[in-house]
Amino acid sequence: MTSTADPAEPLPPQRAHAATLLRFATAGSVDDGKSTLVGRLLHDSKSVLTDQLEAVERASAGRGTEGPDLALLTDGLRAEREQGITIDVAYRYFATARRRFILADTPGHVQYTRNMVTGASTAELTVVLVDARNGMVEQTRRHAAIAALLRVPHVVLAVNKMDLVGFAEPVFAAIAEEFTAYAASLGVPDVTAIPISALAGDNVVEPSARMDWYGGPTVLEHLETVIVTHDLASGPARLPVQYVIRPQTAEDPDYRGYAGQIASGAFRVGDEITVLPSGRTSRIRGIDLLGEPVDTAWAPQSVTLLLADDLDISRGDLIAPTAQAPATIQDVTATVCHVADQPLTVGQRVLLKHCTRTVKAVVRDIPSRLTLDDLSPHPAPGRLAANDIGQVSIRTAEPLPLDSYGESRRTGSFILLDPQDGATLTACMTGQTGVGVRQPALDRG
Amino acid sequence: MTTTVATAGATDSPYALTHLDALESEAVHIFREVAGEFERPVILFSGGKDSIVMLHLALKAFAPAAVPFSLLHVDTGHNFPEVLDYRDRAVARHSLRLHVAFVQDYIDRGTLKERPDGTRNPLQTVPLTEAIQRERFDAVFGGGRRDEEKARAKERVFSLRDEFSQWNPRRQRPELWNLYNGRHAPGEHVRVFPLSNWTELDVWQYIKRESVELPDIYFSHEREVFQRNGMWLTAGDWGGPGEDETIQKRRVRYRTVGDMSCTGAVDSEADTTDKVIAEIAASRLTERGATRADDKLSEAAMEDRKREGYF
Repeated sequence: MTSTADPAEPLPPQRAHAATLLRFATAGSVDDGKSTLVGRLLHDSKSVLTDQLEAVERASAGRGTEGPDLALLTDGLRAEREQGITIDVAYRYFATARRRFILADTPGHVQYTRNMVTGASTAELTVVLVDARNGMVEQTRRHAAIAALLRVPHVVLAVNKMDLVGFAEPVFAAIAEEFTAYAASLGVPDVTAIPISALAGDNVVEPSARMDWYGGPTVLEHLETVIVTHDLASGPARLPVQYVIRPQTAEDPDYRGYAGQIASGAFRVGDEITVLPSGRTSRIRGIDLLGEPVDTAWAPQSVTLLLADDLDISRGDLIAPTAQAPATIQDVTATVCHVADQPLTVGQRVLLKHCTRTVKAVVRDIPSRLTLDDLSPHPAPGRLAANDIGQVSIRTAEPLPLDSYGESRRTGSFILLDPQDGATLTACMTGQTGVGVRQPALDRG
Repeated sequence: MTTTVATAGATDSPYALTHLDALESEAVHIFREVAGEFERPVILFSGGKDSIVMLHLALKAFAPAAVPFSLLHVDTGHNFPEVLDYRDRAVARHSLRLHVAFVQDYIDRGTLKERPDGTRNPLQTVPLTEAIQRERFDAVFGGGRRDEEKARAKERVFSLRDEFSQWNPRRQRPELWNLYNGRHAPGEHVRVFPLSNWTELDVWQYIKRESVELPDIYFSHEREVFQRNGMWLTAGDWGGPGEDETIQKRRVRYRTVGDMSCTGAVDSEADTTDKVIAEIAASRLTERGATRADDKLSEAAMEDRKREGYF
């Protein structure tokens, strides 16, 4: 048995080559062809079934449009169909022989920035759509900025409507170059640019014969092969305690397990651990993976840890390797996206939910708000309105073990809640992020 | 060329979870969040495959301790006997507490009226919401999946319902990362959907992997059925066949299990879990499209029922 938390140490290989799950989000302006791309992905991967198509055809005929309107596949609410726009995030599911996909289909309007943030928060990859005729526009920069802000590990630039620019390589190359440079300046580590025609199906699922100058993967092929799972399982181990399992039965009189989903890294039996915020230490005596004992467990597995010592541990505590425990702090500066209709103001009292812990907090300062049009910072705005992105300083009533969001999306993020009605107010990411910090790049806008 | 070509190979990291492991871990996380944050949670349990998988996941989430939730079943009075039998055996085997809300009681009292088309599915909403208020349940687990229907595709994992149990799709809370917000005022409750991200095929693959037992009607068997609105319905006291409808013996199975008056059987030879998986994988019809009459009533039938408090 080992007591090291070295993430480089090989883990059991039995799960290699398994069919995995990829969560991704789409972003694109209203007329960039996002619905068509989503429809094409679903249709060409044979994920649209006969009765769904028939329902779309019925509804299309009912409102006198010619041919089935594929947007009706994805716009699920009355109000969306009435207005012909996507209001809220919808989740779609499809599969190929290599992978299962959860697609967060997010609206493109500026006023729905919060929904894009919602979709991107769980995404491992974002597809940003650009119309080849227009090249990069304001919305493209906004989508790239949100992907950077949320630290979505992989970004795909889909240059759409290549059929309308004669499938010309220089058009694609110029947009790809401009976008890749812009994304790099925001700190996006990995951009894959793909020239497509969502309407005709070029390079979406099938390679295009009309763009033989392009040697890269199709959109679907890239989605199937991109490696993403390593991100969560690397880094220091973190287990937010959700629930204490104590059967107190004749068979298990002394069982006392700390249940939770591993937020990052890996735990091994024998590891020396520290419980935060108390700072008490112990050693992992056993790990239960949903009823089965295992030697090693890693993110994002839901597990139960058994410790060598009887410590006072409850929901909201964080278990971490003693050698890599985070500091606990009460003054937090975060990059935030305000998601509620009522504004966030300096001096406001809120609740803060971080992992499994909810504490009282107060908004000390709002040092800057990002001007979404050109992504320049606007100093000391005093408040954030719906869809605003900015910096916020918060003082918490109790110390929290916060990681930097750049290090860990799970333990570096938190939300603010309204103590009165419980509404979700603000999505927050700790530490410095690329957006609003690297001024030279942002001034390009 | 300025494009960055994907550097990834076809192999995933050894840390990668299979899609079933990832979905299972997420569902368990949701169950434990509710156990940690709510006073009186309950699992809606119909004896259908989704609620059976929910119960299986809840058992794993709290092992070796017992499931810290009771069960609630809305009995339409038109349930399949095989399913009620399964329900009662599951309750006994795991020493669970079962609440039953009877639609028939409401009809007998005159509070609810039988519909002209005989379907009792929409009648479940009132007994369900009254049971929630009476028992003061503050979190109600449902087996709903977003792949079932386009209104469900918009549903949050934690979905706040007002004191009238209503869903307002335009006032949903954004759901960020895996930070679920369960806060609610007295009288309000939260519907929780741990299987949100599962598809019908995921559910069946999980049933196979975990050797979960199901009621027999999910597998091919001979049954007396008659045709109504293009669906094979089981003949019975609930109101079929009508005068111009004739009973046939056919080899069928059920893809969903609900009220007998609106749940159709499909012609099938699939009598094992493997054969069911193969059948679903090849099917060109969705689960609800193939077997549910109530969703065909209008383009927004599900959204409208959900607004009223349906699950």
